[in-house]
This record gives sequence, structure tokens and C-alpha cells, in this order.
Amino acid sequence: MAAAMAGATRLSYNHNLTPEWARQEVSTGTTIMAVEFDGGVVMGADSRTTTGAYIANRVTDKLTQIHDQIFCCRSGSAADTQAIADAVTYQLGFHSIELDEAPLVQTAANLFKEMCYKYREELMAGIIVAGWDKRRGGQVYTVPMGGMMVRQPFSIGGSGSSYIYGFVDSSYKRGMSKEECLQFTANALSLAMERDGSSGGVVRLAAISESGVERRVILGNQLPKFASC
Amino acid sequence: MPLSSEPSWLNCEVSTGTTIMAVEFEGGVVIGSDSRVSAGQSVVNRVMNKLSRLHDNVYCALSGSAADAQAVADIVDYQLDLHSIAMGRLPLVRSAANMVKDISYKYKEELVAHLIVAGWDKRSGGQVFGTLGGLLIRHPFAVGGSGSTYIYGYVDATYRPGMSKEDCLQFTTNALSLAMGRDGSSGGVVYLVSITEKGTEEKVVLGNNLPQFFDE
Repeated sequence: MAAAMAGATRLSYNHNLTPEWARQEVSTGTTIMAVEFDGGVVMGADSRTTTGAYIANRVTDKLTQIHDQIFCCRSGSAADTQAIADAVTYQLGFHSIELDEAPLVQTAANLFKEMCYKYREELMAGIIVAGWDKRRGGQVYTVPMGGMMVRQPFSIGGSGSSYIYGFVDSSYKRGMSKEECLQFTANALSLAMERDGSSGGVVRLAAISESGVERRVILGNQLPKFASC
Repeated sequence: MPLSSEPSWLNCEVSTGTTIMAVEFEGGVVIGSDSRVSAGQSVVNRVMNKLSRLHDNVYCALSGSAADAQAVADIVDYQLDLHSIAMGRLPLVRSAANMVKDISYKYKEELVAHLIVAGWDKRSGGQVFGTLGGLLIRHPFAVGGSGSTYIYGYVDATYRPGMSKEDCLQFTTNALSLAMGRDGSSGGVVYLVSITEKGTEEKVVLGNNLPQFFDE
């Protein structure tokens, strides 16, 4: 490309008046996570949104409510994930009114999957769907880029997740309590935020169970610290 | 459509996909690696020892292009031999790391290799040096290779200063196993070398003896 430009005659003034960062796509760099426990789920995310190297929002809420007891964690393009979440929220709301019942988490996950698979070439979205329903209790479904959907006991996603595969593989145990899951999630997210430039800020947590949704924020100075820092 | 009927891996560069790691403890170092060498999608060597001896008291771990890494290690092996004969004593770990760094920096554009240098000397005890991109930096522990991204969280959370040699061996084995479980370019067996004042001790942990972690 540089060679072609050098050969072309300068007929117009080529200076771009928009700064570099304003021309970058807004991305939720991110680390997201969700863990099942007996009776519900715990979901967590960092709070950084970047446009190139600029942090457009350092207190983003990446845990988006889809229905009363169903949430999703968003990673990838901020625009794409917001658009998909809005569409699914509408579809699920409509479905729930028709059924006259709370929707299943699997239904929400399926709606995400349908959209992410159909428009897979155009979209850049990695989503984790989690919540509680009467039929199966707490469930976590992951819908990564490409549009597959699978249920997992816990799931991690986003650019920062690469750094914590080893940590979660070694620390996860079946049958953890809600408090243990919250601690596990906070630890994993802190470690990822420490290593991934696109993740940072605060840790947002949500615990969903039969009784409802409980949201928490862990501020920067209260994050768990590790010896090697 | 490719005209050649030979398998694609014959045309791919041989790379030590890899996970390598070195940890310092009071009195020495532990250095470890996996054993997989891949050419594209094919595993061309499943038992390669990526821990290369630079001198009796200094080893290095190879990652990146297998050819580049081996070439650098061979050159430094030779240079250290001359150096230690001229000085009449064992080389310093820092000298070995410096030599690796000089080559990595001078040929930075041509080479695709990262060597972690670790060893023991009388002046400063156990030391681990990273030489990524041609810099020279001492760490209490270092990880490298494609598989290392997956274990940054684990090593950050688990490392504590003041571990014993056995703790370090277990820490390294665990970290390498976790990386091998997630990185397609790392696998096989775990090679470990511990270097102390008394000398070097080599160990292999075979596949069936590797620690098991959550697997889903």
C-alpha cells in the first residue's frame, strides 16, 4: 500500500483531521466470566472500553440484563453486542408474555446463538449468557465468536481470558458455594486485568438466584492483590 | 488448488510452539519445558528437550523457531566455553544471558526466537534472565512461548518468594501442565532441570504422571 501511495500524484491534501483514536472501532477489550453454583450463577466483568489506545469508558457495565433473572456478559465490538442484546431482550420479552411464564436461560442462549450464527461474518461478538430458571436452576451458556453455543459449569471470555485459563483450570472445584464463586471470579478477573492492557478499571459482579439479582462493585484499590506484583 | 501432492507440513517452518518456564529459589533455579515441535498442524517431534546446556551451571530454554533458537544456543555455548577457559572459572549467569541478548538484539529483525537463561553462580546465587526482543532483564520467575499466555494468571496467583526446590519443581510442573492443556502447540512430556551449587539434576515427567486439572 505504501508503494502505491508513493507513486500517485498529489492532487489533494491528504491530511486527516480526525485523531487516530476517533477512527478506531469501539471495542470492549475485556475479561468476562460466569460460574454456576447450586441455586444460581455468579457473573463478573471488568469495566474498560477502548477505542484504539484510548479508554473511552473506564466504568462500563458489561453485565447486561436480558430478563428478570437472565443476564449476559458482552465482549468484542461494543456496538455489535449492544445491538444483539437489545434485539434478544425484545424477543425474549415478547416470548415470555406469550408463554405467561419466566423464560428459560436456554431460550435466551438460543436466541443469542441464532443471531450470532446467522450474521457471523458481519459480527464481532463473544457473549456469555447466564441466569436462573425454575426448570434447571443456575446455568451458564457460552456463545463465542462464530456462533456456537454450549453449556459449561463456568466460562471465561474476552481478550483477557487467555491469561487466566491456567488459573481457572487449577482453581475451579465442583460444588462451590455462592461466596466461593464470588471470590473465585474476583480473583480471576483481577489477575486478567493485571496482564491484559484492554481490561481494567473495576470489577462488576452479579449473583443471580431464585430470590433475584444482587449486584456488587469491587473498586480498584480493593481488588485482591498477588505476590508477584 | 495446490499442485503439490506432498503433505503440507513439509512446507511449513518448524517451530517450537512451546511453553517454557524458569523459577529462582534460595540456592538455585529450576528450568522446565514441554516437548512438542510442530510444523504447521503436524507434530514433528513429540519428545524434544528444549532445555539446552550453555555451561555446567547455566541452561537456557528455547522457544519460537526451532532453527533460530538452536543456532543462538549453539553460538553462546561456544562463546561461553572460550570465556570460561580464559577466566579460569565457571561463567556468571549474567554473562551467558548477556551473550544471548547481544545476538538476539543484533539480529532482532531476522530471528524469531526467545531464550530464557537460568543458572547458578557463586556471586549472586540462582538467577533467571529474560531476553525477549533483545532486552536483558532479571526476574524471580519467567514464562515464555506460545503456551505462556494461558498461565500468566496462574503463575501470578501462585508464586511466592522463598519457595524451596521441591516447591519450585511442583510449581513448574503444574504450570507447564496447565499450559499444555490449553495450547495446541505445547504438549508431550515435561523436562525439568534444577541447577544448584552442587550441580545439575535432570528430570522427565511423563504424560501419565502429569498433574490433572479441571478438564472441560
